[in-house]
Amino acid sequence: MLSIKNLHAEIEEKKILKGISLDIKPGEVHAIMGPNGSGKSTLSSVLAGRENYTVTEGEVLFEGKDLLDMAPEVRAREGLFLAFQYPVEIPGVSNINFLRTALNEIREYRGLPALEAKEFLKLTKDRQKLVEFDTKLINRSLNEGFSGGEKKRNEILQLAMLEPKLSILDETDSGLDIDALRIVSNGVNKLRNEHNAFVIITHYQRLLEYIVPDYVHVLYNGRIVKSGTKELALELEEKGYDWLKESYSETESVK
Amino acid sequence: MAKTIDSNEIINDFATREYEHGFVTDIEMDIAPAGLSEEIVRFISEKKDEPEWLLEWRLRGYKAFLKDKLPEWQNFELPPMDFQGISYYAAPKNKKKYNSLDEVDPELLATFEKLGIPLNEQKVLAGVAVDAVFDSISVATTYKEKLKELGIIFCSIGEAVQEHPELVQKYLGSVVPHSDNIFAALNTAVFSDGSFVYIPKGVRCPMELSTYFRINTQGTGQFERTLIIADEGSYVSYLEGCTAPMRDENQLHAAVVELIALDNAEIKYSTVQNWYPGDKNGKGGIYNFVTKRGACRGVNSKISWTQVETGSAITWKYPSVILQGDNSTGEFYSVAVTGNKQIADTGTKMYHLGRNTKSRIISKGISAGYSNNSYRGLVHVGAKADNARNFTQCDSLLIGDKCGAHTFPYIETKNNTAMVEHEATTSKIGEDQIFYLNQRGIDSEKAVALIINGYAKEVLNQLPMEFAVEAQKLLSITLEGSVG
Repeated sequence: MLSIKNLHAEIEEKKILKGISLDIKPGEVHAIMGPNGSGKSTLSSVLAGRENYTVTEGEVLFEGKDLLDMAPEVRAREGLFLAFQYPVEIPGVSNINFLRTALNEIREYRGLPALEAKEFLKLTKDRQKLVEFDTKLINRSLNEGFSGGEKKRNEILQLAMLEPKLSILDETDSGLDIDALRIVSNGVNKLRNEHNAFVIITHYQRLLEYIVPDYVHVLYNGRIVKSGTKELALELEEKGYDWLKESYSETESVK
Repeated sequence: MAKTIDSNEIINDFATREYEHGFVTDIEMDIAPAGLSEEIVRFISEKKDEPEWLLEWRLRGYKAFLKDKLPEWQNFELPPMDFQGISYYAAPKNKKKYNSLDEVDPELLATFEKLGIPLNEQKVLAGVAVDAVFDSISVATTYKEKLKELGIIFCSIGEAVQEHPELVQKYLGSVVPHSDNIFAALNTAVFSDGSFVYIPKGVRCPMELSTYFRINTQGTGQFERTLIIADEGSYVSYLEGCTAPMRDENQLHAAVVELIALDNAEIKYSTVQNWYPGDKNGKGGIYNFVTKRGACRGVNSKISWTQVETGSAITWKYPSVILQGDNSTGEFYSVAVTGNKQIADTGTKMYHLGRNTKSRIISKGISAGYSNNSYRGLVHVGAKADNARNFTQCDSLLIGDKCGAHTFPYIETKNNTAMVEHEATTSKIGEDQIFYLNQRGIDSEKAVALIINGYAKEVLNQLPMEFAVEAQKLLSITLEGSVG
């Protein structure tokens, strides 16, 4: 589904990603872990197409197509979804109107007719239950005045509505209390199937107790330095990240 | 390699959006020679077959105009104005008065059709009566007969002078005096046409009344005068729309609108202003210098102004309410959008004179390109206005970094029971917001439209349904299917 080959990226001439390669197949859940500043969020931004990042080398294929050549909205319509670490607030734009616009844009791209109001509301209700999203929040302005947890849950609601092929969860667990973490994880687990895939970017192992990954990758200094199964996450939890610095920093240090 | 979105490009597109109504209608016109003099004032009055009192009033306006100076307090440099270079009377050559729509020049009807204002009653949007003003003359008023059954008078002001002189004489100039300001004085001297509305006691006008203004002829200005009287216990909702062809010259629009609400009456006045704004280098466009004022004369009366200002090279306009009657309410809801090199200096004045009077001001400015957008407001509380209440909210949204937003709120209170609140915010459309919407499959153009409409929602919600839709379209480049 997603194939990243030797990806290099920089921002303001500062090299952040220094040759990342990763293959993700349908039905898989990959966790990407690593200390602060290792390039985790840069990776998600580059994949989603955020401005300011320049790819200097490498390629990314999404379902066989050149992802890096697509505008951000086209990537989204192709089925790439990013659950933001810091979802923005858009005053005056109701959550439901936003969801409907987004869904219909994606449907149009795929040659499907816009959903009738009735069908749309039915779908919304259904997804809302699935991810235990508060009805009151659905008519409010997009993320405006939402608590940190509510914003993250709103990301998962959008994920449930738009049914992407590949979802990247960028530190979705940060700022969540244990109940919210459970709700968010349950939502993701219900949405997992053999046709879609997830990339879970996280700092802590805690989230991986709820969403069990098939693979765990350790990102450090712009490279994947270690890959393994879910046991690797536990190992990291136990040992911390310091050992990485000792093993890998002497070759190339962060400026 | 990595293809990045250029939100600057989108913002640029938005800021330099093109004007859709820039065509010219080729029609034979009766035009007065350029220039302003007592003779011209007399000529206009004679052309319109006016009574003596009205001619005298016009001449008083003309004298005040000669004495008045151009205002100097606005937040922009007033361009030089050649009042002698414009023709003050232009009317489609043809019959003087149309008895029915069948007699109207088909070319004229086609023009309004093209603007989306069908005058054929069968085709008119259900529930909207339209008065169409082309250059100086009202060409058609629809649904007249139906309104007449309820005693409602809706006609051109020229016609009202002939048919209902007592009402016109009683109220004309009673809210905006002939010497109010230089543009109002000019309007008094040369006003050509405009709409007249009278709603009798206890009648709730069953449809939206609407006037559509069109400047067509080169070298002319438009000086219409609108007078709306809501008698005791009545209600009316009125809408005004306007467009002009694209021309390199600047054309002057100096209108006066007077509203009068008697005891327990309510007037809702909405404007969607889309005069030609000039090209992207600031060449051409309409100078929109308008005086709009309403008087809540009666107890429990209410006047509400809603405006969506997207056009004109310069907009200078402060729809105001004089709250004379006890318990009366004044409201002002405004969205002003400026792009390219447009200038808008707009806001309101609320004069609290009666007891327990309330006012509410919601102003939303959106500036893009190299434009400048100013809010200017006055809240005045008189000595006798016990328990006056005002709430003002004044927000500015910036698109790009070469435009300006300014706020000039003035508060004068002479009564210590007054409560006056003012809130103001300034924000920018963030790249983060656009990117977030992009990531959900929404392209940048639609994203900007969505954000802007969200921002202006509080004001757009005040508009009658049909026009809210129109206004949303105007506010953004395209909104196809994106707002449910």
